[in-house]
Formats: sequence, structure tokens, C-alpha cells
Amino acid sequence: MAHIKLDNDLPGIRGLMAYRPEMAEPLNALAEVLLRDDNNTLTRGERELIGAYVSYLNDCFFCQNVHGALAGHYLKCDIDEIEQIKQDFQSAEISPKMKALLTIAGSVQKGGKLVTADQIETAKGAGATDIEIHDTVLIAASFCMFNRYVDGLGTWAPQDKQFYVERAPRRAEEGYQSSVYH
Amino acid sequence: MPHIDITNDFPGIRGLFTYRPVTAAPLNALVQALLHNPHPSLTAGERELTATYVSNLNTCFYCTNIHGAIAKHQLGNDAETVKQVLANADTAPISDKMKALLKIAAKVQTGGKNVTEADVEFARGEGATDIEIHDTVLIAAAFCMYNRYVDGLATWQPDNDEMYDRMGEHRARTGYLTPPVIVSDIAPNPNK
Repeated sequence: MAHIKLDNDLPGIRGLMAYRPEMAEPLNALAEVLLRDDNNTLTRGERELIGAYVSYLNDCFFCQNVHGALAGHYLKCDIDEIEQIKQDFQSAEISPKMKALLTIAGSVQKGGKLVTADQIETAKGAGATDIEIHDTVLIAASFCMFNRYVDGLGTWAPQDKQFYVERAPRRAEEGYQSSVYH
Repeated sequence: MPHIDITNDFPGIRGLFTYRPVTAAPLNALVQALLHNPHPSLTAGERELTATYVSNLNTCFYCTNIHGAIAKHQLGNDAETVKQVLANADTAPISDKMKALLKIAAKVQTGGKNVTEADVEFARGEGATDIEIHDTVLIAAAFCMYNRYVDGLATWQPDNDEMYDRMGEHRARTGYLTPPVIVSDIAPNPNK
């Protein structure tokens, strides 16, 4: 049960967005440009993985499963592999650049000041550009917002992980600015 | 020095907005909707106080000072209320409803799951509506983003009251969608 009366039965952030469309518009526009805009040298899969990882660190069930399923869809791996990456990305078969960016994202999750010059240097040494570092910090920061929004209002989330896997292709196709659950 | 070369000398988030306009657009649209646009019941000053309060909990110097200045101007040049909210919200000259909403904002700052049914019931008892509770949670959550963005890239955050006051007056008057005021005359960027 959500903490407030939403007058709809949509799960997670979708219920909040239907309740408050004035806020949904810029929130969806932000997700679209950060995660789905193709004018970006990070792939959609890499950016969704950052969102899923930060949501995992924030223990937000809805967000880590929505974005984990989207990452799996783009990166062509199943939900168990995404689960392993979230739990131990250092041992995962991802690029050194992505490991360095996920390290930065992990610091942002705890607090902006915890990002160190060494972490930035490691990322640059692994080939990360300034814009990729910028976008990683902003994606991680934005999920510290989305996760708090979803959990802070006590929204409900389907518990079957297959629910998220089945919906990922359509979300990938239609983007964040359409309302696939309506 | 910022962690990346942002190629302009605006302070704080304004430097990042100028560096990456494509993400600045939705970030500015969000803060405009949350803090500046007309609201069914919360004043702009009350919403700016929530933003300032959460930024202070996150120890983000730039956001605390700029939103503190905007709050001061939105509250009718009332710097004292802003100061007291940051020092001790429980004894500050704000309504009991605002005190209850700030308690929810503080819970959101530590993590979404920390907001309890009892916190929400208490705010309702002090007269808070569902939209006020919703918007307080989202403002607090949004500033957990803006604060991390500003500090995570190590932006330039001058210690200059006159600069924040000038920028704050301008934002309070014109909102978040207008170009930034030039402050290099009173706050020259040492990194340039």
C-alpha cells in the first residue's frame, strides 16, 4: 500500500507518474536522455546497467528489476547474469572501462564527495571520456532520486522477476516518454 | 578543480548545465515544476526551504547556499527563517505542518524505505495533504540527485555570500528556465 492515495493500481514509479503528471514529464524526459538517447558513446545496455547497479545498492526492488531487465535485454544476457554483475561486477565479463565507471557510480550512491581523483584517473586510463564520466555520475545521482521516490512513498512492486523481463522489450522499443502500462 | 574539463566558469550546477545542455533541459524543467511553478498549497518559499534543508543534510555547500538564498527571497527577504531551519527545524518559525514535512524529507535523505507510515500519519495530523507529502518526498529525493551531481563532479563552489544572494534573487524572480546571471565580477573563477 502506497503511503498516499494514488487512485490507480500501477506499480512502482508508474503509479506516482500517473498521480502527478506535471512531475512525470521532466522525470521521463530525464530518463530518456540519460538512458535511451542514442547520441551517446555509452551503449543503452551500459547505461541501464549503471541504473540497475545503483538501484541494487539502494535496495530498490522495482527499479533494480526494471532496469536490470532492460540491461539484460540490450546486453543479451539473462536476469541471473545481471544479478551476478550487480553483486560482483569486478569478477564479471565487462570492460575495464565499465568496471571503472561502476566504481564511480558506487561512490556517488554513498555521497558525491566520495568520488575520488584516483577513481576518475582510473576511468580515464581505461578510456572513459569526460562526457562518459559526467553521464555516469548523473545516472548514478538520478537513481538516488528515482529509488528514494519509489520507496519513500511506499509503492508496490510485482514480486515475480519474470514480470520485468517480459516488459523490457516493449519499454526498450517505446522509450520512457510513452506510458506502456496505460 | 572539477573532475572533468567543463570549459566554462559558472559555479556549481550552472557549470554542469552549460557543459551538457541536453541533460540540463529536463533537470531545469524538473526543478521548475517542483520549486517554482504555482502549487495547490505549498508556497515557493516552503518548497525552497525543503530543498535547502536536504542539501544541508547532504553537506552540499553550493546547493545549500543557492537554495538558501532563493528561499530567503521567496520568503520576503527573510534570511532569519532560513538560518533557523538549518540550525534546528523543530524550533524554527515555520508551521507545524512544515516541521512534519521536513521530518519526512530528512527520512528520504537517509533512504526511501526509512519513511514510515507513522511519519506520514503525523504529517497528515498536522494538516498535510497527499500532494504535499508526495511533493516533499520528490523534492527531497531530487536534491539527493542534484547534491550528488554537484559534489560528485567536484564543481567550483565559491564561499561568497554576495554571489549566492545575487543569483538567488534572480532565480526567485525569474525561475529556473532563464539563462544564468554572470557573477564573474564578484566571484572570479580561480580555475580559469
